Order: sequence, then C-alpha cells, then structure tokens
Amino acid sequence: MERIPILKMGEFLLVTIQVDMHDRLALTLQDDLTQSIVKHHARGVLIDISALEMVDSFIGRMIGSIAGMARLLDAQTMVVGMQPSVAITLVELGLSLEGIRTALDVEKGMAALQLAVAETRQDLDDQGSQY
Amino acid sequence: MIKVLNTETMDLRTSEDIVLVRQAVRRKAIDLGLGLVDQTKVVTASSELARNTVDYGGGGLARIEVVQNDRRSGLRLIFEDKGPGISDIDLALKDGFTSGHGMGLGLGGAKRLSHEFEISSAPGEGTCVSILRWK
Repeated sequence: MERIPILKMGEFLLVTIQVDMHDRLALTLQDDLTQSIVKHHARGVLIDISALEMVDSFIGRMIGSIAGMARLLDAQTMVVGMQPSVAITLVELGLSLEGIRTALDVEKGMAALQLAVAETRQDLDDQGSQY
Repeated sequence: MIKVLNTETMDLRTSEDIVLVRQAVRRKAIDLGLGLVDQTKVVTASSELARNTVDYGGGGLARIEVVQNDRRSGLRLIFEDKGPGISDIDLALKDGFTSGHGMGLGLGGAKRLSHEFEISSAPGEGTCVSILRWK
C-alpha cells in the first residue's frame, strides 16, 4: 500500500508531503503519524508541505487532526513551507488553520520546535523545584 | 454569449478520481494562462466539488470547459451526480453545515473561490454545480 514516509530526527518526526494526496492516503498518514509519536516518544512533528500546490478542506482538516492528536500525545506540531498561493486560497476557502504553528521552512520550523519543547521542559523543571 | 472552446469529461467515482480531476483542472488552467493564485483557487474549488460528487452524490461526472465570451476567456467546471440531491440549498451553502463528516466548507468555499457559481438540485434528482473562473 502507498504510504508517506515518516523520518525520525532525534526527538522529532519529519514528514515531507511530496505527492498530490488522495483522501485515503491522507488518512493513512494521520494514523501512521500518531502511532510513530508513541513508538518513538516524539516530542514534535514537522510537516513540510512546500511541495503541495493545493490544500483543500480535507487536507486542512487532516493537518488540524494531526496537530490535535499530537497535542494529546504530548507532542507539538509545526507546519512548514506553505506556498503563498496556497495560503491565499485557504483563507478565502474559510480555513485559517487556527491554533496550528507554522514556519516558513524546515530549518526555521525545527528551531522553533526545539525552542517550544525546551520551554515545556523548563516549565516542568520550575514546577518541580517548587515542591 | 458564452462559447465553449473545448470540453473534457471525466468520471468521478473514487478518491483517486478526485486527484485526477484536480490535475486535469491544473493543466487546463495553465494552458489558459491563469496566474498561480488563480490556478490554485480553481484547483482547490474543483477538489471541494469533486469530493462532494464522490462522497455525497455517490459518484458522477466532472466536465472541464474552456469558455469564451466577447471580452475574455475562462474555465468552467461542471459537476454532476444522480445522488440523493439537496433539499435546502441555502442551508447547504452555509459554512459549517455538513450532512457528512466534512467541515461544511465545500460548497460555500467553492463559491467564494469562483467568479460565477450555479447549483441546481432537488431531492431524488441529483445535483449539478457549475463554477466559472474568468482569466
């Protein structure tokens, strides 16, 4: 069966969507990613959509679901590389992907994700020292 | 008067067909000389409507037409199914309304992404949606 590869990079998972996904492939990715988060104890998921020439409401909803599921599994999601024409179209479509963190490219996204994960660790340490 | 310059008709049954339709729409949009943002808008609208045809209409046809009036040319997309039809079209066009498991952005979103939008549907008689994007 056709699948989108998920790469493990330290405590993060990197997914680069390079094909025009049909709906079932998008759902398979959603399942695979949630399983991988648990399997690898991942703290963050980076989704690179720079090759996507179109994001419709189905793919938008999938991205939102992945971010929601990842959050429940203690991982943060970062969507990177959205093309300007896709951003313009998404907003006009009525989908602004609220609550989803974005970055312009993989490098910036990875840096932001590392910072975000470090902050949550810092918070936990601070709480720990109070007791 | 709108003149149809060429027509391509495609079957819409599966989620793979939705991908094929949006790829065909992209090709036609490029041939017509639409800019990248306009291409993306019309392709996204076609994806929403094609999915409606597959998911709610039980499959049907997509027709891609290159059209022209006395001033300009454009891309007209027609999606037709013989499914259960829509009883309240105004309600179906509202954002957030869905009878299935989508987000309810399909019809309203496709309308916003197009210059012209027409829908005809009645319970038991299927649905036909047509959108047009001028160059």
